[in-house]
Formats: sequence, C-alpha cells, structure tokens
Amino acid sequence: MLGEGILKGLGETARNFVGSYVSAERLTTIQYPEERIAPIEATRDFPFLVYDGADWEAGLRCVACQICEKECPPKCIYIVKSTDKKPDALGKLQIYPVRFDIDISVCMSCQICVEVCPFEAIKMDTQFELSTTDRFGGLLYDRKELAKSNEYYHSIHPIEAKKVDAHLAEEKMKADAKAGAAAAAAAAKAAAAPVVAKPAVPATPAAAPAGATQRAEGEKQG
Amino acid sequence: MIEKADQIFVLLGHWLVSFLPVWLQPAAMVLLGVLAIIVTFPALFAITVLLERKGLGRMQNRYGPNRVGPFGIFQPVADGIKSLTKEDIVPTSADGVVHFLAPVFLVVVVFMGYAVLPMGRNMTLVSMDAGLLFFFAIGASTELSVFMAGWSSRNKYSLLGAMRAVAQMISYEVPLLLSSLTIVMMTGSLSLGKIVEAQNQYTWGLPHWYIFTPWGFAGFLLYAVATTAESNRSPFDLPEGESELVAGYFTEYSGFKFALFFLGEYVGMMSISGLGTTLFLGGWSAPLQILGWVPSWCWFFGKVMMSMCVFIWMRGTLPRLRQDQLMNFAWKFVLPLTLVNLMVAATWRFLGAGWERWVICSAILILVYTLMGRSGMRRGHIGPRSYRYAE
Repeated sequence: MLGEGILKGLGETARNFVGSYVSAERLTTIQYPEERIAPIEATRDFPFLVYDGADWEAGLRCVACQICEKECPPKCIYIVKSTDKKPDALGKLQIYPVRFDIDISVCMSCQICVEVCPFEAIKMDTQFELSTTDRFGGLLYDRKELAKSNEYYHSIHPIEAKKVDAHLAEEKMKADAKAGAAAAAAAAKAAAAPVVAKPAVPATPAAAPAGATQRAEGEKQG
Repeated sequence: MIEKADQIFVLLGHWLVSFLPVWLQPAAMVLLGVLAIIVTFPALFAITVLLERKGLGRMQNRYGPNRVGPFGIFQPVADGIKSLTKEDIVPTSADGVVHFLAPVFLVVVVFMGYAVLPMGRNMTLVSMDAGLLFFFAIGASTELSVFMAGWSSRNKYSLLGAMRAVAQMISYEVPLLLSSLTIVMMTGSLSLGKIVEAQNQYTWGLPHWYIFTPWGFAGFLLYAVATTAESNRSPFDLPEGESELVAGYFTEYSGFKFALFFLGEYVGMMSISGLGTTLFLGGWSAPLQILGWVPSWCWFFGKVMMSMCVFIWMRGTLPRLRQDQLMNFAWKFVLPLTLVNLMVAATWRFLGAGWERWVICSAILILVYTLMGRSGMRRGHIGPRSYRYAE
C-alpha cells in the first residue's frame, strides 16, 4: 500500500535515534582531539629520512642520489649533494646530502619517493598534526627535521621495517662477501704475481664473485 | 491561580500598558504583542535549529554539535555570531535593491502570519473574522520573495531554484487551501478563534479535535504534505536541493541576509505548523479534560514544537523527490484526495450524529486512498522511484 515505505523509513530513523542514546556502539564518531584511534599499519602522511645509530647526521642512509627529487610528481624535494665523501652505515665512502628539504605543503603523500629509493633511506611518516602559524617556513622541513631513527620507523610500521632490515642485512652480507672475495682475490693476485707463467688459474675464482656482485646490484636497483 | 498562570502574558501586558496615558494604551498593547512575537519565534527558531542538528545527528548515529557549551546548547549563538560577522556579498550584476528587499520581505511576511494565530486563551494579536483567509493571503506572498531572490541574483542556480519553488508552492497551495476548507465547512467560520473554540469541548474527557474524525484525519495528513511542500522542507526541498542547485534561490546570499532567509524559512514553518495546530489539533486546548489546568499557551507552543520535531524526523528519513514526481504527486494524488475529502466532510455533516457516519466516511476515505494509491503506483505517477538507465 502507498505510504508503507515511508512508515518503515520513519521507524528506522526512530530506531536509530533512540538506539544512539541506548547503545554507545552505534555511534561511530571518534571525538578526535580527546579520543584517538591507533593508525593502521599502512598509514602514510609525509616522508621522513631514516638514520641508523645514535647520530642522525652520521647515520643518514641517504646518499643524495637525487632519484626521489627527480621522480617527485609535485617537485617538493630539494637536495644539494656534498662535494666530499663520508662513510655510510655500511662503512663505505658515500656522497651525502648537504641539504635535503621537503615542502610538505606541496607534498601529495604519493609515496613515489619511497618506492624509488634504492637505499631504503626515505619512508612515510604517520604524523599528521603538522599545522603551524608560519605557512612558508613552518611547512618547509630540512634534513634535521626530517631525520628520524630506525627505531622510530620500527615503532610506526613494524612489519615493513622488519622486511627492510632483513633486506639491508642481506645487502650487507653480500657486500661483505664481495669485499672478502675482492680481498681474497687481491691476496691471491699478490701471491700469484711472482709466478708469471700461470696467470689464468687465480683469475677464475676472482671472476665468479664479480658476476655475483653485479646480480646483487641488479636486484638492488630493481 | 490557575487562571492567572493561563493569562499571565495578557495580565503582564495590561500591567505594563497601565503606566501609559489611556489614549495610548490600545496602540501600546498592539506594539507589545508584536514585540512579543518578534522575540519569541526567533528564540524558538534557535531551539529548533539546535534540535534539528542534534536530532538529525542521532538519526544518523552521530553526536551532532556538542562543542559549544554543555551538550552544544550554545551552538545557535555561535551560528548567529558567525552569520552576523560574515561579509555580505552582492554580485556585481545583481539587482541590488530587489536583492536586498527579498529576505526582508520574506521575514516581514512570515511574521505577519502570526498576527491572527490564537496562541492561547485571549492571546490573539488581531482577532480577525477572516483570519484564515488573511493567513493564506499572507502565506502566499512568500512566493514573491522567493522569486525576487532568485530573479535579482542573476545566477542560473538561483533562478532555477526560484522557478522550482514557485511551481511547487503554487501547486501545493491548492491542496493546502482545499484541505483547510473542510474545517471552514464544519465550523462555519473563517475566524481562527472560533475554530479553536469549536474544538475546545470534551466528551468523556476526550477532546473534539478535528483530527479525531475521519475527514479531519485525512485532511490533517493532506495538510501536512502540503505544508511540507509549501515550506520547502525535505522531501520537497527541490528549490534548494544542495546536490544540484548549490542552495537554490539563496545561492547568492551570504552573511546576515542568508541568516534572514534561514530565519524566514523556519519561522514560516512554525507559523504554518501553528495554523495546522489551530485547525486540526485543537489550537491551545488541552488534549484531555483533566489537563485543563495547564496554561493554554503551553499547549499551543508544545504542539507547534511537536510538529517541528515531525518535520525534522521526516527530513532525517526521506530522500528528495524529483520535479516530475513532485508535480505528479500534487496534481494526480493530493489534489483529488482533498476534493474527495471535501465530499466526505459534507457527507459527515449531513449524516448527522451516530455511528453510521464514522463507518461510511472512513470506508470511503480508505477505499479511495487504496485505489488511487494502487493505480498511481501501477502507472508510475507516484510510489517508488524507477530508473530507466541506471538500474
């Protein structure tokens, strides 16, 4: 009959009205500044730079390769390369960023910088309460403000951070193996140097690790 | 004591006026009444807006506003300050004078309707013999203000909204008048005071309200539909349909003029609810004889606020109609039913007292309603929406 649906609808809203006073679980609102919900694992807001160890400047994983700067769609990253080299977390001499600025008023939180970074140096933060009274300087973050420890990274994205650590450990093992092999090869070469008649025999073990290193680097890039 | 509580506002007025010279007293009494109306109804408007926002929130399982003051009760104050301090923008190509006059005209006209409403025993500002006629004449001129707003804004959304509003208001004006006509037929008077007096009688402690008769009940439902459309409320809020027309005829209004439109809309709703109360719900009379000691104005304002709550409830429930559905509903369903209801009322009058008229009149109304509803739904004039392309 005509009007039945209207009565049903009125009943439904009346049930909601009364129910919202009776049972609190009907209300889906989180009263934000007082109440909060924990962010989910995949939450992402703006990027930050990861560092290892205690000193943020020495432990910065970034090697100023500028891939993120080039890939950033809204061009919110600004990097100045250093002219000298510094040992990185693996102990290898690397270039480092003298300046690393992100303008988070421009950043669109797309995570592309994170995807392209070959050194696991830039990750997404979960901080979102970043409002400030200075809309130019206050939203332009330099490398000191961006640097956050690996422990912090573990605290906000535990699953992802564990994977990243495993990956970095593997890399380090390969690098160590490569360094070891290179050292062994050098030693062998040094040992073999006086024997001019047989150069081919020690060259074979040295060639194999070289190929392995190339593969490892390929994986890293991929 | 009970008498005093009932007449408190009248006595207060007389006491205040008694300080003035005699020749000034009648004019001062009228001015005082006008002042009371102008103060009371905007206050009720603030309460209604708060109720609406809280109520709609609860219907959608939200809290509603709860930040300003305890439980958010000072939200209307914050809203008022906001709209007063906002910039008043008039489009360059708008007709400035008409653009300014439209909200003022709306508010003036809407308040004039209260002049004839009996808000309690002896609490009518102007007890006019043709009060009902005056109310409808004044009520119909809100359309002019709406069209002034839409036309002078020089904006396509405003104009479309105004066109919709005028089409809708004129269409529903007819069932509105025809559904109230039954009351005039029964009472034999256009005076709202006499209509209330006619309902202020009791049999076995139960009131003689017109809603408790078959024709009165049908008339009340039809009146409710027509008033909802007249006051542009959901589900008939096409003139200001946010999703398609921004805000309809007041798209180009901001600041205090916007607030005036908002005020006019709600005060208009209250005045038309007040008329419905007077016509069908016994005006200021008590719902039971034993409750006769409660001051009469309590009943009037209580009934008006109850109808406002029903308006809010409907807004929380029903989605907006489409323009053709709206027109079909007005002309092909509501209007014929009001005509049938007029016949039924006449039948009721001439059948005389007895149980037969109850059975006959109810049977006719139920039969016509069912048949018209079925045929209308079958032919697609009324009833659930059907979509040709997006199924």
